Amino acid sequence: MARSSKRIRPGFGEIIRVCWPGIVSSLFLILIIGGTFSALLSTSSSTKIIDDFGNSTYLRKVLVFTLWQAGLSTLISVGIGVLVARAFARQQSLTGRRLILQLLGLPIVTPVIVAVLGITAVYGQSGILRENLQLLGFSWPGNFYGLPGILVAHVFFNLPLSIRMLLPAWDRIPSENWRLAAHLGMNSRQLFLWLEWPALTSVLAGTAGIVFLLCFSSFAVVLVLGGGPSTTTIEVAIYQALRFDFDPSRAASLAIVQLTICTIVILSLHRWMRVQPISSGLATTSRYRPDEKLWKYRCLDFFLIALTTSFVALPLLAIVYAGITGPLTHVLLDSRLWAAAGRSAGIALAAATTALTLAMGLLFTSRVLLFQFRNRSSSSALQILGSITFAVPPMVIGTGLFIILLPMGVVFDAAVLVIILVNAILVLPYIMRTVGPALLDAGHRYDRLCHQLDLKGWNRLRFVEWPVIRQPLGFSMALCATLSIGDMGVAALFDTSGVITLPVLLYHRFGAYRFDEAAVTALVLIILCALVFLIVDRGIGKWRS
Amino acid sequence: MAFLTLNNLLFRQAGWQLEVDARIKKNSCTAIIGPSGAGKSTLLSLIAGFEQLDRGDILIDEQNISVLAPALRPVTILFQENNLFAHLTLRQNVGLGIHLGLKLSNKYKDRIDHAIATVGLQGLEDRLPNHVSGGERQRAALARCICQDRPVLLLDEPFNSLDPALRREMRLLIDQLRRDRGLTVLLVSHNPTEAVEISDEALFLDHGQILEHGKLEQLLENPSTHELAQYLLYPRK
Repeated sequence: MARSSKRIRPGFGEIIRVCWPGIVSSLFLILIIGGTFSALLSTSSSTKIIDDFGNSTYLRKVLVFTLWQAGLSTLISVGIGVLVARAFARQQSLTGRRLILQLLGLPIVTPVIVAVLGITAVYGQSGILRENLQLLGFSWPGNFYGLPGILVAHVFFNLPLSIRMLLPAWDRIPSENWRLAAHLGMNSRQLFLWLEWPALTSVLAGTAGIVFLLCFSSFAVVLVLGGGPSTTTIEVAIYQALRFDFDPSRAASLAIVQLTICTIVILSLHRWMRVQPISSGLATTSRYRPDEKLWKYRCLDFFLIALTTSFVALPLLAIVYAGITGPLTHVLLDSRLWAAAGRSAGIALAAATTALTLAMGLLFTSRVLLFQFRNRSSSSALQILGSITFAVPPMVIGTGLFIILLPMGVVFDAAVLVIILVNAILVLPYIMRTVGPALLDAGHRYDRLCHQLDLKGWNRLRFVEWPVIRQPLGFSMALCATLSIGDMGVAALFDTSGVITLPVLLYHRFGAYRFDEAAVTALVLIILCALVFLIVDRGIGKWRS
Repeated sequence: MAFLTLNNLLFRQAGWQLEVDARIKKNSCTAIIGPSGAGKSTLLSLIAGFEQLDRGDILIDEQNISVLAPALRPVTILFQENNLFAHLTLRQNVGLGIHLGLKLSNKYKDRIDHAIATVGLQGLEDRLPNHVSGGERQRAALARCICQDRPVLLLDEPFNSLDPALRREMRLLIDQLRRDRGLTVLLVSHNPTEAVEISDEALFLDHGQILEHGKLEQLLENPSTHELAQYLLYPRK
C-alpha cells in the first residue's frame, strides 16, 4: 500500500491547546509594546519631531551629544577591551586569572548609581586619585563632571563587558593553528594579523554595537555626572521633559528618535549581534602560543591587566570602605531605608518572575512549534519577540506607559506595578538568550525519545528539561533580579516620594550632598544585590561545584 | 646511521610520563602505532618543539634541536585538522610557508605554483579552505610543507577524517614525496594495516614506553609482546 508523504496539518484547536502559553505571552508583549508605540505616536508625529528638532537648538544638541558620548565611550571601551582581552588570552596560566575575570564581572551587576558614587569618590573632582596625584605634584586640569565623568563611568561598565564578550574569539582559534603559527615562526604582530584579528572580527562589530546601545541609552550615569544642559542625553531629556517641564509631547518625540536610532543600530548589526555569549573567559584550551612566555609581552600584559583591575576595583572598594566607615547606625535605623530596600527586593523578584513566566511561555511554545509542528519560522518569530525588547530602551516603554496612564490619573499610584512591568520586559531577553539554547538543545536531543516514551507535560519538564535548564535558569533569574534592583531609570520617572526604591533613595542622598549617608545606602544596596543574587542563583540553580 | 635520534627522552605531565629512546634512518617512513593515550602525538609534539623535554636530546643529522624554537627546527608537521587558516586562500596558506608577510617575489610565486601542482590542486588555489574537500585541504597543507623544504615530516594522523580512497591517495602522495625529496617521515597511525603500505618501520608505544621497534610487516605478523598482540586483536599466546 502506498503511503502518503503529506504531513498532517494541525487543526486550530490543537494549535491553541498546545501553544497557549506562547500565545498568551506574545499577546501580552504585543499589547505592552504596541500600546507604548501607539501612545507615543498619538502624542507626537514625524512632522512634529522634525519641527521640534528643527526649531530647538537644545534638542539638536542633545541628539548630537548622545551620539558623540556613545561613540566615544564605545571606541575607548572596545579599543582598550581588545588590548586587555588579548593580554588575558595570552596569559592563560596567570596566577589569579580566574579571580580577576570574576572581579571584572562585578560592574555588569553593580547598580549603576552605586558605581557612579564609587567612581566619583575615586576619580572625581575631589576624589582619592586626584588628591593623591596633587600631593605628588601632578595637577589635573578640567572639570570631572560632564563628558570626562560620563566617559570614565561608561568605560568602567563597558570595558569589562567588552573584555568578556571578546574573549571567546580566542577560544575559537583551533589549537592546531597556534601550533602551526609557532611552527612557521610567527611573531606577536603576525599572530595578531593572521590568527587573532580574523577571529576578532566575528565578535567585534556585535560587541561594539551592544556597548554603543548601552551608552546611547545610559540614564543614571548622565543624570548624575552630566553636569548641565550641554551634556544631556536623550534619556535624561525624556526624564526632564516629563518630570520638570511636564511636556509629554516632547518626551514622545525624544522617545521615538531614540527608538529609531536603536532600531537602526540593531538592524545594521543584527548579523553580528545574534550570538553574543558573555564568556566567563575561563576556558583554557590546551595550546602552544609562541609569544606567551616572552618577557616583554608578559610585562605588557601584566601592566594592562593590573591597570584594568585597579580601574574597576578601586571604586568598588572605595564604596565598601566609605560605607563601613560612614554613619552606619544613623542610616540603618532609618525606616525609609528598609521600606525602600523591601520594595526594591520585591520589585526585583516580581520582575524576574514575570520575565521568567513570559520567557517560559515563549520558549516552550517555540520548542513545540519547532519539533512537533516543524514550523521553524513561527518558532523563530517567538524567540525574536522575546528578544526584541533589547532594542526598546526601558525609558521608551516607561514614557509610553506614562502617557497612557496620565489621562487616567493613576500615573504615580501605579508606579510600583509599572516599574515591575518595565523591568520584566527589560530583563526578558537575558532569560531568552540564556535558557533558550539549553531548552532547544534538550529538544533536539530528546524530543523523539520523549514522544517514543510518551513522556510529556509535568513529567517531561521534571525529568528531561528541568535538569538541563536549571542552572542557566537560576543564573539568568538571579542576574535579572539583580539588574532590576539596581535599575533607576523608570523608578526615577514614576517616583514622587524620593524613596520608592533603594537606588532612587541613594540618588536623592547623593544629590543632596549627603555623601556619608549615600555611601552607607550604597553598601546596603550592594549587600542586597549580592544576597538576592546568591539566594536566587543557588536556590534555583543549586550550589554549583 | 641514524638521521633522527631520540636520545633518552623523558617527558612528564600530570602523573603520566613518556620515555623514548630510538634511532630513525634517513629517508625512511616510520609508523608510530599504539592505543589511545600511549603518547604518540606527544612524541611528535616533543620533536616539533611544542612541548618541553624533562630530559634527553633530539638530534637531526647530528645537530641537537632540543633547544630550538619550533620554527627553527628542521621539521614540518601535519595535524589531523585545522592545518590551514580558514580565512586565507589555499595559495596564501601555502605562501605562509615561504614568507609570513605574504610578500612574495616571482621566484617564490613559482615555488608555490610548483608545490600546488605537485599535490594536484591547480585551479583551486584561490579558494578558501571551507570551499574545498577535506582531502584537498590536507593536500594544500602538504604543499606548504613542500615549500618549507625541511628534511623531516611529522604526520599526526592527518588522514583520519578522509574516506578510504582519499586516505590511500594521500598515503601514496606522501610516499612519492618521500622518495623524490629524501624526506624522513614519522607517521602516527591508528591503522597499522594501512600504514604498512608506506612505512618501513614501526614504533609500538604503550603507556609512554616503546615496547617494540622494528620492521612493520614483521611486527604485524609476529608481535613479540602481549600488549602489541592485544592492540592488534591477535589471540593471546
